[in-house]
Amino acid sequence: MSSPGGGGSGGLNAGGFEWRRQRGSCCRDYEGRRRWGAASAAQVLGWRVAASIAWSILLLPLCTAVFISISSIDLFHPVQWISNSFNDWYTSYVIFCILLMSLVILIISIFNVEFYAVVPSIPCSRLALLGKIIHPRQVIHSVVHAIMGMLMAWCAAVMTKGKFQFLALPCTASESLDGAVQHMCLNEYHVFLLLSGAFMGYNYSLLYLVNNMNYLPFPIIQQYKYLRFRRSLPLLVKRSCVESLYLVRNICVAYYFFGYIPRAWISTTMDLHTDSKLHPLDTLTGLLDLSLLYHTWLCGIFLLITWHIAWLLFKIYATEFLALQDLMLLSQYSPVRRQEVFSLSQPGGHPHNWTAISKECLNLLSDLTQKLIMQQEAAATNGRVKQPSTGEVGRSLRSSEAAVTEEMAFQTQRSNVVSRAHVPSLVKSSLLPLKASSTSDLGSSFGSPFSSPALNRKAGILDLNSPWHGSVQSPHVMRRGPKLWTSSSDLQMTGSPQASFPVISVARVGNEAIQPSFIYTWLQNKQEQVRSFLSKRVLIMYFFSKHPEALIQAVFSDAQMHIWALEGLSRLVAASFTEDRFGVVQTTLPAILNTLLTLQEVVDKHFKLPHASSKPPRISGSLMDTSYKTLRFALRASLKTAIYRVTTTFGEHLNEVQVSAEHKKRLQQFLEFKE
Amino acid sequence: MCSLALFPPPPAPGDLTLYEFNNALVSGHVYETLPLAFQDQLADLPVLTIPKETLKAHSRLEHSTKPAFIHHQETLWKRCLNAWRDVGMCGVLNEIANAEEADLQWMKTGSRWTLALCHWVSSLHGSLFPHLSLCSEDMIAEFSQAVDWAGCSIRAFAWHPHSSKFAVALLDDSIRVYNTNSATVPILKHRLQRNVASMAWKPLCASILAVACQSCVLVWHLDPTSLSTRPSSGCAQVLAFTGHSPVTSLAWAPSGEMLLSASPVDTAMLVWDVSTENCVPLQWFGGGGVTYLAWSPDGSKVLATTPSAVFRVWEAQMWTCERWPTIKGHCQTGCWSPDGSRLLFTVLGESVIYSLSFSEYSGEMQGQVGGSKTASIVADLSETTFETPYGEERIGGEVHSMVWDPRGERLAALIRGNPETPESRTIVAVFRTRNSPVFELLPCGFLQGEPGAQPQLIAFHPCFKKGALLTVCWSTGRISHIPFFFVSAQFPCFRPSHSPVVALSSSSASVREQPLFSEL
Repeated sequence: MSSPGGGGSGGLNAGGFEWRRQRGSCCRDYEGRRRWGAASAAQVLGWRVAASIAWSILLLPLCTAVFISISSIDLFHPVQWISNSFNDWYTSYVIFCILLMSLVILIISIFNVEFYAVVPSIPCSRLALLGKIIHPRQVIHSVVHAIMGMLMAWCAAVMTKGKFQFLALPCTASESLDGAVQHMCLNEYHVFLLLSGAFMGYNYSLLYLVNNMNYLPFPIIQQYKYLRFRRSLPLLVKRSCVESLYLVRNICVAYYFFGYIPRAWISTTMDLHTDSKLHPLDTLTGLLDLSLLYHTWLCGIFLLITWHIAWLLFKIYATEFLALQDLMLLSQYSPVRRQEVFSLSQPGGHPHNWTAISKECLNLLSDLTQKLIMQQEAAATNGRVKQPSTGEVGRSLRSSEAAVTEEMAFQTQRSNVVSRAHVPSLVKSSLLPLKASSTSDLGSSFGSPFSSPALNRKAGILDLNSPWHGSVQSPHVMRRGPKLWTSSSDLQMTGSPQASFPVISVARVGNEAIQPSFIYTWLQNKQEQVRSFLSKRVLIMYFFSKHPEALIQAVFSDAQMHIWALEGLSRLVAASFTEDRFGVVQTTLPAILNTLLTLQEVVDKHFKLPHASSKPPRISGSLMDTSYKTLRFALRASLKTAIYRVTTTFGEHLNEVQVSAEHKKRLQQFLEFKE
Repeated sequence: MCSLALFPPPPAPGDLTLYEFNNALVSGHVYETLPLAFQDQLADLPVLTIPKETLKAHSRLEHSTKPAFIHHQETLWKRCLNAWRDVGMCGVLNEIANAEEADLQWMKTGSRWTLALCHWVSSLHGSLFPHLSLCSEDMIAEFSQAVDWAGCSIRAFAWHPHSSKFAVALLDDSIRVYNTNSATVPILKHRLQRNVASMAWKPLCASILAVACQSCVLVWHLDPTSLSTRPSSGCAQVLAFTGHSPVTSLAWAPSGEMLLSASPVDTAMLVWDVSTENCVPLQWFGGGGVTYLAWSPDGSKVLATTPSAVFRVWEAQMWTCERWPTIKGHCQTGCWSPDGSRLLFTVLGESVIYSLSFSEYSGEMQGQVGGSKTASIVADLSETTFETPYGEERIGGEVHSMVWDPRGERLAALIRGNPETPESRTIVAVFRTRNSPVFELLPCGFLQGEPGAQPQLIAFHPCFKKGALLTVCWSTGRISHIPFFFVSAQFPCFRPSHSPVVALSSSSASVREQPLFSEL
């Protein structure tokens, strides 16, 4: 099973989007809208990014003005306060700060562009998360954000004025009364603000990773960009305020314990003295300075709001339109463009447009089906569930092929049994998988050194005998092997007229199996010991234990694409009932129905796995989008709706479509609204 | 313009309206049967009576375990903490204000003042929007589509959009689901399912029912093959959003992807992605809330009415809206033609039906609603006196709810009589309609139930083959189905010449375009 999580997350994600854009653009090309070629896709995105950066920089002076007004708030002299803050807006250092911060915003936006992804990366264990954090890409991200945070904090300190403005101040202590040499002392307030800026920047970067803020979620409804921005703005401000509050608390704690290190370092490198009259800030009395806490909090809010605005604008601009989404929308709203899809090519009369679109969508969906089957197989043999009919799903995937393969496998077994050439190995293999599968993931058990050579040999036999095995199918047919054999041996036991036959073979098994199985059990025991040893170490288990929820999320992480494909395809098929003049859709209808129904079965089965929660988690209204966690529920719902859309449109006519008997039964249930 | 004076007089007292056949409403006694050809159409539709007396009252009103325990005085600090957890800041203030401890005098006065200030501010808000001062039950009764929501045994009714299955919400907060094909009647009960104002089945789905409750929206996932009569509350998804209660109206997108919910206290209507429980608030200040939602059958537009004299029509692709101020009261109800090109609506305080036409919808006009400049009056329903052999009948008044059949050929309007005059009664008036090439509204007749029964709720069957089927819930708790047998106007249509309606049709065919109000 390939999960998009894990080590090379960043690059993989960016790659994922590239891939999608390319696919999408080919869809558009096929519709005959060539001006949206693959080359222009990047260009379109470039313009959107530029617009989003421009807007976030334009909003910066506004935020700065508000920040200056609030930081110099004076409730007792309101008139003076307002006039002072008006005057402050035009001073040269504020303008310089705005320019500097524009640069910061630009860099932050560049990072947003570099890191975004449409497929979220979900770490399946804590170790994977740790791996992501210390990945060089992420380290660069964090360091740059910390520096940017420090710059923002410096600007904030300068604009706040008062005791925060400078790093070095003339000492107030009495011992420097000799007049000639005015000693410069370290302004610890300034240092505190700078450090908190760096801390906030680093924290932002971490949360960016953990909350998958680089993931671009697509909203459930389309809205104009301004309306989306306006809708999210109050939430953004509220969240920034709250988050900044927590950050201030954490900074205070951190500074209380470790504050002396940077202070000593700065004062020695810059040759500054410590003002003995003031309280040092890493004491309780020093930290309980309301003005300091207030300004740190404000600085945090300012930093988070400006950065979040840049992030939000990028998100809004980038998720405006994409090719597959466009397919869904065209299939829903535009009869003229639907007509293009159903049209025939001019010379030759081939439905190229429809073939390309349907093939693209069907490939996407059957890819998902196969991925799900693999995952279910893995889960079923993971010791959690031992489902009696693991192969059933596979059988329905390509029912005819699978049936042939199985029969072949069955016959292979029979001939083996009859010839008795391989009896010992087969007996063993029927016993071993139970142990092997209970200890290790079956996907790897074939390649693992702990599985017996006999098992591998048998797998090889099966592979040789059944040329139909694709790369996907082989694992679960292989796994079916032992079970089939056991049943066939039972048949032999009971049905065979020569009762002595099995006895002899069993006896021979007893003799021959001693040597390999001794080595095997020894290895098995060792493995068990290592496992139990490791599992007792809590720390190791803490890092290695996999979250079942995260695993499932990872499987469905790119489901948004499948949802659009499903909706687009089903709407086109439904529209074809009245609009398709040449009957181009009819030819692919069996394939489409087959794919949809198979996927439906697999998804249904997936939700019945015991460790998959059947309900989406409660989501409170938050700024961070957590929709990637619930994509599987959306997929299930839209799959069902897609099938119903087809069945309600076509009604009884579907009985004429060539599908397998099992699917026909299923369709009938859909027609009767009993699914 | 169509008026009630053109209607045939109501049936004789004691008679029931049974069906429409050959363009005339047939009334008679219950035992009279349908014409033979149509009998099998209605054979399996359940006709039921759910009288108020059979419904059990609430066993306990308080849905907490508090009354089960002996009262025990805790310290003020602990009580405040509990109040904070249960009710929030307001609870803490109340707790401090009512505290018996003597030593906290200044805190008590302080919290009393704060509470008074809160009340004053909220009353100021309430004076702008009077409906906000109502308690939530009264508010639901005010804005519900049922005539007597508080007193009648049936509170809401919903047909499944594709199959012959309907759900009935009852006074005791339970919901029963009747299916023509099976004898099992699932009864849905849930801790949060209180004061159901509206229900809606998910389109393109077998059995998902959304229920608008007092505190949230419940989405029941019923298994259509299950034989259980009491689905567990685990089958229900709870969609709650702070500040969005009580919910009075629900509307599914005809494509089944989204659910809209509206509350008279929330200025935003919520767009739910039910499968993931995500929601997007569509904020639009002004009007003070949203009371009733109607999604056009083609999925392109949504009507959202507010408690004040304004309603909005949203366009469902980019979600922009057009605002329509009305002259008198708030928009009470509305319904869409099947192609989404025409909206009929009524306004509280006026006994007329307005029509608003919209331009043809296509994908190219993004973000435009495309409504015409003015709405026109298409029917006058002011009080009219009918001279019948059995005495005088006075019929007419405001329209409380209105439904249009899925083919756009019959329109039923539930007319609430004048409350001042006791002899005027609530009645259902049915119109014949045609949508193309020109819009026509012709009288068909009045529906009458059992003696003493007032119509409560009306709904059309979404897929009745032989014409239209109107389900009427009566105040006695009876649910009856009245079929209208006709051949759809898309096909050559036979019209008997003896019908009095035909003579009138020429005069009423031309709709008087009367400018009433305009946005510009």
